[in-house]
Amino acid sequence: MSEGPIRVVIAKPGLDGHDRGAKVVARALRDAGMEVVYTGLRQTSAMIVRAAVQEDADAVGLSVLSGAHMQYFEQIAAGLRAAGSDDVVLFGGGIVPDDDLPSLREVGVDRVFTPGASTEEIVRYLREAVAERRSRRAGAEAGR
Amino acid sequence: MADDRTPTVAGDAHDTEDDTVATPRLDAWRRDTYGPAVARIPERSTASETLSGIPLEPVYTEEHRSRAAALEHPGEYPFTRGIHASGYRGKLWTMRMFAGFGTPEETNRRFRALLAAGQTGLSTAFDLPTLMGYDADDPMALGEVGRCGVSVSSLADMEVLFDGIDPEAVTTSMTINAPASPIWAMYLAMAQRRGADLTRVGGTTQNDILKEFIAQKEYVIPPEPSVRLVVDTIEWGPREVPRWNVVSVSGYHIREAGSTAVQELAFTLANGRHYVQRTVDRGVGVDTFAPRISFFFNVHNDFFEEIAKLRAARRIWARWLREDFGARDPRSWTLRTHAQTAGVSLTAQQPLVNVARVAVQALAGVLGGANSLHTDAYDEALSLPTEAAALLALRTQQVIAHESGVANVVDPLGGSYFLEHLTDEMERRALALVAVIDEQGGVEAAIENGWFAREIGDASYAEQRAVDAGDRVIVGVNAFQAEAPRVPLQHVDASVARSQAERLATVRAERDDAAARAALADLRDAAVSGRNSMPSFMRCAHALCTLQEQMDVLRDVFGVYEEPVVL
Repeated sequence: MSEGPIRVVIAKPGLDGHDRGAKVVARALRDAGMEVVYTGLRQTSAMIVRAAVQEDADAVGLSVLSGAHMQYFEQIAAGLRAAGSDDVVLFGGGIVPDDDLPSLREVGVDRVFTPGASTEEIVRYLREAVAERRSRRAGAEAGR
Repeated sequence: MADDRTPTVAGDAHDTEDDTVATPRLDAWRRDTYGPAVARIPERSTASETLSGIPLEPVYTEEHRSRAAALEHPGEYPFTRGIHASGYRGKLWTMRMFAGFGTPEETNRRFRALLAAGQTGLSTAFDLPTLMGYDADDPMALGEVGRCGVSVSSLADMEVLFDGIDPEAVTTSMTINAPASPIWAMYLAMAQRRGADLTRVGGTTQNDILKEFIAQKEYVIPPEPSVRLVVDTIEWGPREVPRWNVVSVSGYHIREAGSTAVQELAFTLANGRHYVQRTVDRGVGVDTFAPRISFFFNVHNDFFEEIAKLRAARRIWARWLREDFGARDPRSWTLRTHAQTAGVSLTAQQPLVNVARVAVQALAGVLGGANSLHTDAYDEALSLPTEAAALLALRTQQVIAHESGVANVVDPLGGSYFLEHLTDEMERRALALVAVIDEQGGVEAAIENGWFAREIGDASYAEQRAVDAGDRVIVGVNAFQAEAPRVPLQHVDASVARSQAERLATVRAERDDAAARAALADLRDAAVSGRNSMPSFMRCAHALCTLQEQMDVLRDVFGVYEEPVVL
């Protein structure tokens, strides 16, 4: 499981229909050689967790521009934990005030990209974060 | 016609002898003056095209002059130079700042502050549950109530929102689409209960569902019945509320979703034409409603391209309405438009730099002849605007209006070789794109087959790649980066959902339930039978039916739309 292309689910939770960022990021990750599943709009937290588990995703990226990021990120982080997938890299993007970043990190969101982030930055980040996750997993399996 | 820029055509009164020698002289200039200059100082790679990819010459001269434009005057068909003969010399544009957050009480306070600061019209932002037709206490609304706009679930909220504001004296614009009919009905019912005469109530409902399917994605029921509801308002509105602009055909969101200026122009006009066609198809005379259809365009960074876009929009619309639809009333030919600076161009980095961006974009809107204008606040890449940031944005308009002098001459850039050429070019390219839409069977077909999604997705991806590669410079993002002091942000009180739920509970407890049920049954009958739905929405509003109760009737009758996912 520690080899092969990085598998990422890009998701739009909730009512927000602004999908420009999600689609641009999904395409950039695909062009960088990753396997990307874009969920489409209006996903519930449960639907996103299910997609992450079914797709055996290394990472889940959430896009929220409506201001409801706290609630969705927290629900999805909790859902991944409950599904035993708490090592999935959870990241996101949107209109997220700096003040909310510490609380997001606390609930298990690894990184949040705000307007102006480059797709290269996101690709670089994911490669590193997923490599770390895979080596942690490999270590855990070897130690079993 | 659009690409006819031959300067020497017999009978053109504006031709002079100079025209005939323009081309050889320009060739000589290129060879003798320009060539050596470029050899000394090579040109910047970014100087070769507009943001929409229209190639740029180093200079524009008589040879690029549009023969048609040279004969045009403000206030006359085809209105390229503006719909008013005196431009802004009499009445300035309406300064209309989009506002809304939290409870109706909080937004009412912001409205009153903006009016006290000299704003001349209101513009309402609703939260996502309202935009998607859910009540504030529905599980679907969890975490979203009051976040990106004000929460309105029934007439009771509408009455609080406009408390102390006279609906006959202040025009109000409402950014509402999928549930435009019930929300508009709530506003009108509020006005009626205050004794207002609907023939004197003015305002605008955005009510442009096509661009929701294309760009902003706040749709509920499928395209066909959605358009039918819009046509109901176009048929009913001009008769009952003659000062109301029933549809604001919006390019703004198409652009924000990542289109180019040319795509924005083409898609928006095609959408507007679709509404007109569908209404005419119903047997409604074009001159009875066309004057009440208005527009809403983005003003983005490329200064001249944006001005050209607004000019070309007026020209194309006037020709379509007069020549294709046979409208006789000149008010049917004029494209009146709101404009808003480009939210998507704002940066989270060094946010105060956004003040400069907004000023330049607003100036383009004014020079393009916008009839009303919203200027974005500098903090909008971070959160909803604070009152101070919104006020600074309004002040920016006031500086342009009262200090810069640009409002004192009508269409002051008209006749610029470059601008006239660019106007023609925007027109030509937009019409070519409209032809592509027509070949697919029109806008509803191009929505359902994913064509719009692909067009916009490709354009936004190309733009992001250009920024990532440094081919397009964004100050503070991929150049001139620096740490900047943090700015104060607007916070939305988490208790909004609770207080909204409480008011909803009161509404449900105190209303005449039998009347509400009868009104909803009447709405269902209108939806099923196909008769005009607006009287039923009015009845529902007065009976205190909630927004979601009404939208659930539509969901039940027409189903919920799911778009094809296109990456």
